[in-house]
Amino acid sequence: MSHSPSFSSASLKIDAEQETARIVASLRHHLSRDLRRRGLVIGLSGGIDSTVTAALAVRALGKERVFGLLMPERHSDSETSSLGQKVADSLAIARIEEDITKILEAVGFYRRYDEAIRQVIPAFGPGWVSKLTIGGVSSGNSYTTFSVVAQSPEGKVVRERLPLTTYLAVVAATNFKQRTRKMLEYYHADRLNFAVAGTPNRLEYDQGFFVKNGDGSADMKPIAHLYKTQVYQLAEYLNVPVEIRRRPPTTDTYSMPQGQDEFYFALPYHQMDLCLFGKNHQVPVENVASAAGLTPEVVQRVWADIDRKRSTTHYLHLKPLLVDDVTEISSSPIHP
Amino acid sequence: MNPSSPALLELKKNLRSFIVDTFLFGDAGNLTDETSFLSQGIVDSTGVLELVAHLEQTYRVQMKDDELVPENLDSINALAAFLTRKRQGSAA
Repeated sequence: MSHSPSFSSASLKIDAEQETARIVASLRHHLSRDLRRRGLVIGLSGGIDSTVTAALAVRALGKERVFGLLMPERHSDSETSSLGQKVADSLAIARIEEDITKILEAVGFYRRYDEAIRQVIPAFGPGWVSKLTIGGVSSGNSYTTFSVVAQSPEGKVVRERLPLTTYLAVVAATNFKQRTRKMLEYYHADRLNFAVAGTPNRLEYDQGFFVKNGDGSADMKPIAHLYKTQVYQLAEYLNVPVEIRRRPPTTDTYSMPQGQDEFYFALPYHQMDLCLFGKNHQVPVENVASAAGLTPEVVQRVWADIDRKRSTTHYLHLKPLLVDDVTEISSSPIHP
Repeated sequence: MNPSSPALLELKKNLRSFIVDTFLFGDAGNLTDETSFLSQGIVDSTGVLELVAHLEQTYRVQMKDDELVPENLDSINALAAFLTRKRQGSAA
């Protein structure tokens, strides 16, 4: 299929009804034939991806077979819980709130995080808020650099580039959040005999925007093949509440508000979608640039960054590596 | 600096040793002084941070944001040239 002559955001348009039917059939098939579980547990963040995943699961399995989990913590946006509840209520599914703050305290997350930030901002402490940001791609710098932006209780904002040890310490500590949430999803899935749904869209899945054994872990990822703009198309078709469709994508991971394009992606999602789709379909760089409102040079840099992230995050997609295949397992039938 | 000066050759030897030990588990393979770390997949985004930490700690230089570009860091030759300029106080 050629997308070159008239490439635009319309090139990402899907038949939402048909796509919904396809995903619903796939969910029913995998749950009954491969996973052999009776339903799905879904962590509800109040964001578009988890909401669409939950709505698709309800269409596929019925509302009694979908269980929603709200898992806020001390740094979560207050909207996370209220919107998550709204999603569960609108779908009429069972849900429970598990505040993970005490678990994170027990593993030392808040202490470890603060200690790491104090390596570069010694005054950082109670009352401060912070987030990580990236730099490099669209500014023309080929290397990705990471900075912490912190705000004191008096409102003073400080930005410091992170050296290696601090960057690794911040990421390692923060990953406790995603891994704690996944642990609870599997707890509820085990007690209900359900499977766990992952909620990445294609951009996140392709670019490795997930934590291994955290939000990257799941039994099925029903929207991982869809570009983010296509997830929004499904959301409209599935009557997802307007306030969720209008909410800007956020990581909801740090105590300061943080858009995904500040932390991981070089550009807002609608431009990233066009760049990724264009790259995947060999659309000429000039056409992608025109559609995305960018210069060809920026598109080239984004494409290079896409390749780099694919390479860097390849290991996140790998199963544990073996020296030899254990052929009896890999060739075993699904129904032993 | 003279390209064959003992100091420059020693600098490249030490840089090469760091790259081979840190990123290649001791197996230099086809690594030359011109090999691009990025295009050969030797150094990723975390690797760049490791490289910067090594330069700052070992060679006592402070790296500015606008110095973190491939022109300065993407090969042994580029690193050696950058460090030489930096020590002379004229790095771009």
